[in-house]
Amino acid sequence: MLQTFLDSLIADGTFGAIPRDVAYAIGMVAAGAAVVFGFVLNISGVTTFVERRVWARIQSRVGPNRVGPQGILQWLADGLKLLMKEEAIPYAADATLFKLAPFVVTIGFITAFVAIPFSSALIVADLNLGILYITSMTSLVVVGIMIAGWASNNKWALIGGIRAAAQIVSYEIPAALSIFTVILITGTLSTQGIIQQQGWGPWDWFIFHSPFTFIGFFVTFVALLAEGNRTPFDLPEAESELVAGFVTEYSGARYLFFFLVEWGNLYIIGAILVTLFLGGWQAPHITDSVVGMNILQALTFIVKSYLFVILMMWIRATLPRVRVDQLMTTCWKYLLPISFVNFMGTALWVMIWPQGFRFAEIVLTAMGFGLVGYFLYRVAFHLRRSGAQITLSPLS
Amino acid sequence: MDAASIHSRLRDKFADKILSVEESVKDPFAVVDGAAIRELCTYLRDDEGLSFDVLTNQAGVDYKAEGHVEVVYHLYSYKHRHYVILKVRVPRDAAEIPSVESVWKAANWLEREIFDLLGVHFVDHPDLRRILMPEDWVGHPLRKDFVEPEEYHGINTTRESLLR
Amino acid sequence: MSIAGFEVEVERGTGLETEQMTLNMGPQHPSTHGVLRFVIKADGEVMRRAVPDVGYLHRSIEKISEKVGYHGFMPYTDRVDYVAAMFCNQGWGMVTEKLADIEVPKRGEYCRVIAAELNRIASHLLSVGTMILDIGAITPFFHSFREREKINDLLEELCGARLTYNYMRIGGVAWDLPPGYEEKVLGFLGQLEPMLDEFHDLVTENTLFRGRCSNVAAIPGEQAVAYNLVGPNLRASGVRYDVRRDEPYSVYPELEFDVPVGTGAAGSVGDSFDRYAVRIAEIKESMKILRQCFRQIPDGPVVAKVPRKLKPPEGDAQIRVESARGDMSWYAVSDGTEFPYRCKVRTGSFAAMSIIEDISPGLMLADLVTVIASLDIVAPEVDR
Repeated sequence: MLQTFLDSLIADGTFGAIPRDVAYAIGMVAAGAAVVFGFVLNISGVTTFVERRVWARIQSRVGPNRVGPQGILQWLADGLKLLMKEEAIPYAADATLFKLAPFVVTIGFITAFVAIPFSSALIVADLNLGILYITSMTSLVVVGIMIAGWASNNKWALIGGIRAAAQIVSYEIPAALSIFTVILITGTLSTQGIIQQQGWGPWDWFIFHSPFTFIGFFVTFVALLAEGNRTPFDLPEAESELVAGFVTEYSGARYLFFFLVEWGNLYIIGAILVTLFLGGWQAPHITDSVVGMNILQALTFIVKSYLFVILMMWIRATLPRVRVDQLMTTCWKYLLPISFVNFMGTALWVMIWPQGFRFAEIVLTAMGFGLVGYFLYRVAFHLRRSGAQITLSPLS
Repeated sequence: MDAASIHSRLRDKFADKILSVEESVKDPFAVVDGAAIRELCTYLRDDEGLSFDVLTNQAGVDYKAEGHVEVVYHLYSYKHRHYVILKVRVPRDAAEIPSVESVWKAANWLEREIFDLLGVHFVDHPDLRRILMPEDWVGHPLRKDFVEPEEYHGINTTRESLLR
Repeated sequence: MSIAGFEVEVERGTGLETEQMTLNMGPQHPSTHGVLRFVIKADGEVMRRAVPDVGYLHRSIEKISEKVGYHGFMPYTDRVDYVAAMFCNQGWGMVTEKLADIEVPKRGEYCRVIAAELNRIASHLLSVGTMILDIGAITPFFHSFREREKINDLLEELCGARLTYNYMRIGGVAWDLPPGYEEKVLGFLGQLEPMLDEFHDLVTENTLFRGRCSNVAAIPGEQAVAYNLVGPNLRASGVRYDVRRDEPYSVYPELEFDVPVGTGAAGSVGDSFDRYAVRIAEIKESMKILRQCFRQIPDGPVVAKVPRKLKPPEGDAQIRVESARGDMSWYAVSDGTEFPYRCKVRTGSFAAMSIIEDISPGLMLADLVTVIASLDIVAPEVDR
C-alpha cells in the first residue's frame, strides 16, 4: 500500500534524483511520524483524560473539567506541566541506565503500532508475522521496566521491577498460547490476514468460532491485562505497597513517558483482542467508495478497541489488587492448563471442520449475547436496589 | 470479686510483700514491694479464682516531693470481669523494677514508654529502648524536674524563636 | 558480607544462598496512615520480621496536660485520636468527673452518646474505606468517604468542627442538639442502610478482597488478650468483650445493642477479614443505638455546674471508654491544684501496633499493608 504509493510518487519524479531506498526510508519515517504524532500520542493522552472522567463518574465525583471545554484539554496541560518540571536524578542512581529506561519502554510501545491495522488499507506495514511482532515488541517494555527498577537504586523500585519481570514473563505464555489458537485457524500471522478471514457479523468472529476460542478470548484478555500491569494485576506499581513501584524515583518528562506507555498500552491490548477475536475492522459493505469504506472500517476498529479501554478502566475502578502469590497461581495453575487445552482443542476442531462449524458458531453467538444480556440485567438490578441516580450524559 | 477480697487474698499469699492497701478511695489500690512484682503478677494471672489475663494500663507518675516514682498497674480479668490496681514505689534516683513482660506481652511497649518518659529501668526487659523520643534524647520528659533543652540538633525548641 | 556498601545477611548451608533485604517502610509511605515506620527484613516478597518504629507523631500531649488546666486540656484531647476525637473528649471528661465527683445531667449523657456513636460510624467508615484502598480497590473508598462526609456535616452542625470537635465539657457537653437534629440524623441513617448493602455487594462478597484478607494475620484470642488488643480487633479474635456492655458507663445500660465477634466467615477466626466484618457489624449496632437515643433522650440541662477553676481533691482515678479503636484507658492524678498532676492515656492503636512485630514473620509485603489497615492503626493515637 505504502510501497505502491511511494512507487507512483517516484515515477512522477516527486523525489527527483533521490535514490529509491532513501525515498522509501523517507516515506516510512513520514508514515511513522504521522501515526505517532497523529494517533499514538493523542490516544494515550486522551485516554488519561477519559479514565479520570470515567472514574469520577463511577466514584460519584466530577473529575477534571476546567481546562478546555469539559476539561478535554486536561491531558495536554498535564503533559506540558510534566515536560516543564525539573527532572531529579538520584545521586546514587546509575544515571545512564536511569535515563535510558523510559526510552526503551516507549520504543517497545510505539513500535508495536507498526503492525496494528486501522482499516483494510491503513496500516504502517502489513508484516507477514504481524501478531508475533506485536507480542515481541510489547515484551520490550519489561526490559525497560527492569532497567528502571534496577537503575533507580531504590529498593521499592527494584521490587517493582522484579515483580513486573516475573509477571510479564509468566503471563506471556498463556497469552501466546491463546494467540496461537487463532493462528491455527487462519494459518497466517499477518494481522490483516487474520482480520480478512473474519466477517463483520459476530457469528463470523473468531471468538464464536469454537468453544475453545470462546474461552481463549477470556484467557487472552486476562493475560494481556496482566502484561499491561493493569488492575487487578498492577503489582509492579502498587501504590499502597511499593510507593510507586519502578517509577518511584522518576520525575518530569521521563515520568511522563512511563505514563504515556501505560495508557497507550490499553489501546494496544484492545486492538490485539479486536484483531484476533472480534472481527477487526470488518464492517458491512455499504458503499463502493474505497475512502468511505476505509473511514468506516477505521471507525469500527477504533470504537471496538476503545470499548475495551473503557472496560479496563471500569475493572480498575472496581477490583482490588491480587497478591503476588495469587497472581502466579492464577497464571501457572489455571490459565496455563486452560490455554493448553484450548490449543489442542482448536487443533482438533480445525482438523474436523476446516471451514468452521456453522451450528456451533450460531449457538456460541447466542451464548455470547446471552452473557452480555445477563450482565446488563445484573447491572440494572443493582442500580434499582441501591436506588442510585445515574447520569449517562458525559457532559453533566 | 471486689477489691477488698482480692486484696485480702493477696495478703494471705504474700503477707510481707503487700506494703499497704487503700480501699476507701475511688479506685482501691495496693502498694506492693517492687522486687516481688513479677512473682505477684504471675500469681494474679495464673490463679483460677483471679485470672487477671490482661494488663490494661501501666502508668508512671513522678512524685518529686515524696522522692519516689510510682508505677501503676491496672489489671483486668476478662473471665471474672474484675480489676485490681497495684502500685510500686521506687526511689527517683534508683528507679528499678523487674519487668512483667514475661507475664503479659502488652507490658513490652508500656514499659518502654515508662522508661522513655520517666526513666524507670525495667530489669530483664528484652528490648528496653526509647520508644517515643529520639534515641539520642537526653533526659526523661515526664519527670517533674525535666528542663526542656534549648535546641535539638540545631532545631530551636523555644516558642519565642518562632515569634521573632 | 557487604554489597555495594550495604550490609547483607546471607543464609548459608541451604544450598541456595539467599540474601535478606532490609526495607525501610515509612515514615513517609502511602499506606502507613500517618507517620509510621517499619524496618522490614524481607526475603524476596516474604517478610522475616517487621519492626515498628513509632514516635514520629509524638506531641507530648500527656506533658501538655500538666501545664494547662482541666478545662483547657479538652481541645488537646481531640488530637490524641483525630479520627475519633469524641471518645477522647469523653474520656477526659469522665476521668475528671470521677476525680472531682461531678454528676453529668441525663440529657448531657445522651448528647455525648449520640455524638460518640456518630463518630464511631465515621471512624469505622474511614477504617474500612482505607483498608480497601490499601488492598487496591479505589471506588469503595470514595463510597465510604462520601457517607463519612455526611457525618462530618452532622457533627459540624452539632459543634462547629469537622475533625477536632472539642464538643464535650467537663460535666456535660458544650451545646444542646440543634433544632431538627433528630430528623437529620435519622434521615442519614435511613440512607446509610442501603449504602451498607451496596458496600457489602461491592466489597464483602468480592472474591479478590476475600482472597487478600482471609487467613491473613489471624490472631488467636489468647494472643490478642496477652497483647491487650482491644475493641474491634479483640472481638474479631472471638473475645466477646465490649466496655459499653461489660463495664457500662454513661447511659449505655439503658440501651440495647449486640456485641459482634469474629466468626471466621472467610477463613480462620481473627484474620483480617474478621476485623473488617466486625467493623461493618458495629456500624449497624451504632445505628441501632442512635435510633434508641433519640427515642429516649429526656429534656433538661446538658451540662452540670462546674467551677471555672476546677480543683479536684487529691487522688487518682482511672476510667475506660470504648472508643472506635477499642478500650481507651484514662488515668489521671490530681494534687489538689487547678492543673492535673499527671494524665496517662492507653489507646487501642498502641497495643495493635505492638503486636505487628509478632505476627509479621512469614507474611508477604503486601500483607503488611492489609494488617496495618485491618488493625485500624491511627498513628497519632500510638504516639500521642
